Amino acid sequence: MRTVCIVGVGMSKWGEVWRMSLRDLHTQAALNAVKAAGVDHLDSMYVGCMSSGLFVGQEHLASVLTDYMGMRGLAATRVESACASGGLAVRSAFIEIASGMSDIVMASGVEKMTDVDGDEATYALATAADQEYEVFHGATFPGLYAMMAVAHMEKYGTTRDMLSTVAVKNHNNGSMNPDAQYPFKISMEQVANSVMIADPLHILDCSPITDGAAAVILASEDVAKKLGKPYIKILGTGTGTDTIQLAQREDMTTIKAATIAAGKALDMAGKKIDDIQFAEVHDCFTIAEIMVVESIGKYVPGKAGEAFLAGESALDGAFPINSSGGLKSKGHPVGATGVAQMVEVYKQLTGQAEKGRQIPGAPKLAMTQNMGGSGGSSVVHVLEVA
Amino acid sequence: MTMFSSRNWREYPHRYRTEASKFKKSGKTYIPKRLIDPETGDTEQETVRLPETGKVLTYTIIRIAPSQWGDNAPYALAIVEMTDGTRLMAQMTDVAMEDVKVGMEIRLEFRRIQNEGSHGVISYGYKAVPKWF
Amino acid sequence: MAAGIVGYGAHLPRHRITVEEIAKVWGADAPSYKKGLMLREKSVPPPDMDTITLSVEAAKRALIRSGGVDAADIGAIYIGSESHPYAVKPSGTTVAEAIGATPDIHCADFEFACKAGSEAMYVALSHVKAGEMKYALAIAADTSQGAPSDALEFSAAAGAGAFIMGTDNLVAEIEHTHSYMTDMPDFWRREHEFYPQHGGRFTGEEAYFAHTKGASNAILKKSGMKPSDFAYAIFHQPNGKFPQRVAFELGFTQEQIDPGWLAPTLGNTYSGASPIGLTATLDVAKPGDMVFMCSYGSGAGSDAFIWKVTNRIDEVRDLTVRTQKLLEENLTYIDYGTYAKFRHKIIKNA
Repeated sequence: MRTVCIVGVGMSKWGEVWRMSLRDLHTQAALNAVKAAGVDHLDSMYVGCMSSGLFVGQEHLASVLTDYMGMRGLAATRVESACASGGLAVRSAFIEIASGMSDIVMASGVEKMTDVDGDEATYALATAADQEYEVFHGATFPGLYAMMAVAHMEKYGTTRDMLSTVAVKNHNNGSMNPDAQYPFKISMEQVANSVMIADPLHILDCSPITDGAAAVILASEDVAKKLGKPYIKILGTGTGTDTIQLAQREDMTTIKAATIAAGKALDMAGKKIDDIQFAEVHDCFTIAEIMVVESIGKYVPGKAGEAFLAGESALDGAFPINSSGGLKSKGHPVGATGVAQMVEVYKQLTGQAEKGRQIPGAPKLAMTQNMGGSGGSSVVHVLEVA
Repeated sequence: MTMFSSRNWREYPHRYRTEASKFKKSGKTYIPKRLIDPETGDTEQETVRLPETGKVLTYTIIRIAPSQWGDNAPYALAIVEMTDGTRLMAQMTDVAMEDVKVGMEIRLEFRRIQNEGSHGVISYGYKAVPKWF
Repeated sequence: MAAGIVGYGAHLPRHRITVEEIAKVWGADAPSYKKGLMLREKSVPPPDMDTITLSVEAAKRALIRSGGVDAADIGAIYIGSESHPYAVKPSGTTVAEAIGATPDIHCADFEFACKAGSEAMYVALSHVKAGEMKYALAIAADTSQGAPSDALEFSAAAGAGAFIMGTDNLVAEIEHTHSYMTDMPDFWRREHEFYPQHGGRFTGEEAYFAHTKGASNAILKKSGMKPSDFAYAIFHQPNGKFPQRVAFELGFTQEQIDPGWLAPTLGNTYSGASPIGLTATLDVAKPGDMVFMCSYGSGAGSDAFIWKVTNRIDEVRDLTVRTQKLLEENLTYIDYGTYAKFRHKIIKNA
């Protein structure tokens, strides 16, 4: 299997981007990535997108996007696994290069979420849950994570402050990220006093509705070396699934798909979880960040919250998490999120993160964890600076 | 959002009568019915109807609801474990939001679950009510 | 061949609204309504409850009290209601599906204002008596609506009673029936109309009282019995006052009507009224008790029944919840705004 590298990254504008369509957002991110990498062509592309059909009424997406990128004819595939679509697009591109089939492949992700009203966006996102046995009964995404939060609180004594500290820390990081949708700091009190969405989750426990796209250019190491720019290596990729029905999980306080994905990615990389120096994880809700770091084996179940309160996940902590601001502050255009995590890790490992946000000590090894729905799918990558 | 009547009709055995698959090897019961026990791969099973009572394992109060539920918010949604150990998700009804608790005993009742406005099909099924007798 | 009730059950919403709460909104004189109608409060179905859901729960309780009747052995389900959820699509098939009685079954939805429930009972009894089928399920259920500010709004309520009729293992044997009908324009609802219309005071003497007395006197004559021969009596109860008055005028006492006289705190459950009253009466009856029952439906007619309670009643009454408990416990009182929302009385643009 060949070594696969990330040789360039690009982002579109993120936020409520009223003036840009789905295709505009994607084109902006894709062309930024192509330019940054300095490649003169692509062999193919994989685009992660959860629900362009429900959000903007457009399926058959890959062809639309290659056309607007000025690359008619390019081999292009759309990948879907709810909010893990972006991470799986990266994995698909990885496989194509590792196999020797292609040398330069773009992995991108996009979601245009503000062309529908709040009710419809809630509905579209809820299609990632079981339609007949969760959504039929009135489940929403905040609702599913809220039920996991209640279960986690019951089992481990997880507190409101532990949830709040995730949001506060991520907004602090995001305040230094020019790409973030909500680049402002918030306080513990603001989180606890914000409007309730699904008890015990307040609006400031939830990631926002975001328009945005992200793209990374993957290449074989031969190509990466020839390009002569900083690059990082993908040492491991892992993905796993679980029942999407929360009621049917043995344990609702852990994300089994993330455990599987992290185990596989670490095995492939030949690393242990404690070798990882920082991570971008899928904090779609504050409770998710706590559950994910426990599920990937970084913390003993029930112990992440205390570690977070002690500052371990801060930029200058022992294990910085979501230096980008995470989904919480940076935004969560669902299909783009998994790719944007790669963008952040690339910037951090190559020392290109913005002022104040660069993780101290020039870390060498990082992990991304992206997940679909309430944890029905997860994809994990282990990355190292070249 | 429109739910075609066939999609709902197909689920009647589960929604109306809580019919579930009980697998021979593991003794585990799943609702809705499935062909294969996800844990053992067993295909030998019998159809059973779930007991009517159980308890709340976890819950939330949905305050921002999708469009078809908008007028009903806030409402409680719970994962319940029936007395035979089978778990399912159900909306709670006939309960004050502040009274919903982990561990509370519930009974499944036949209720309206969704309406397609005033013109479409009415979807019926189980909801959980506090067990008070 | 002896025929009668093998199992019975009821279901009521837990929500109540008081006469004062309704009167406050319309500037009505609550004390005079309470006195004039002998009505304190009424049941209100929440938005997820309708005639079908009430019927299913009542039917399940009837099965519990049936001593092991297999739902598949039920040959017919008849549901009497003026509030079937669909204008076109039967309520009975949904109930049959929910209790596991499909597909070898006959279903029909009955409508006859407040008498639809007793006519379902009458037809179900006839089937089992004729030996057409082993069991027939009769359900009386309504989630009736009165127009806002109309006198009916103070009483229109919701509830269901269900009876599995058969020929053995009875809890109450039918001794006599008599029906009495004329064409009477006292109360009606035209197709596509949301609320019923009525003839005001014309619904009294010539309508309710003439027909309940007509049926009652005829069945008493037919049976050769007199009011004092009965342990209990149940009359249709559009309010608290009418059933009490007709009972007294026929020679029944307050003690006889008490267990089944639910309207003062339940309201008028329309098709469900006297049938639910019968479930509450069976809950307290002793073996050998004779029970008199007379329904009334506008348009107009009354079905009268004479039941004889059997020894089995003692075994079955507490197999599930008693009707009086549903009436008195676990209640929640709602304000008019909640009631208006529950009953779809608030205009919203789609």
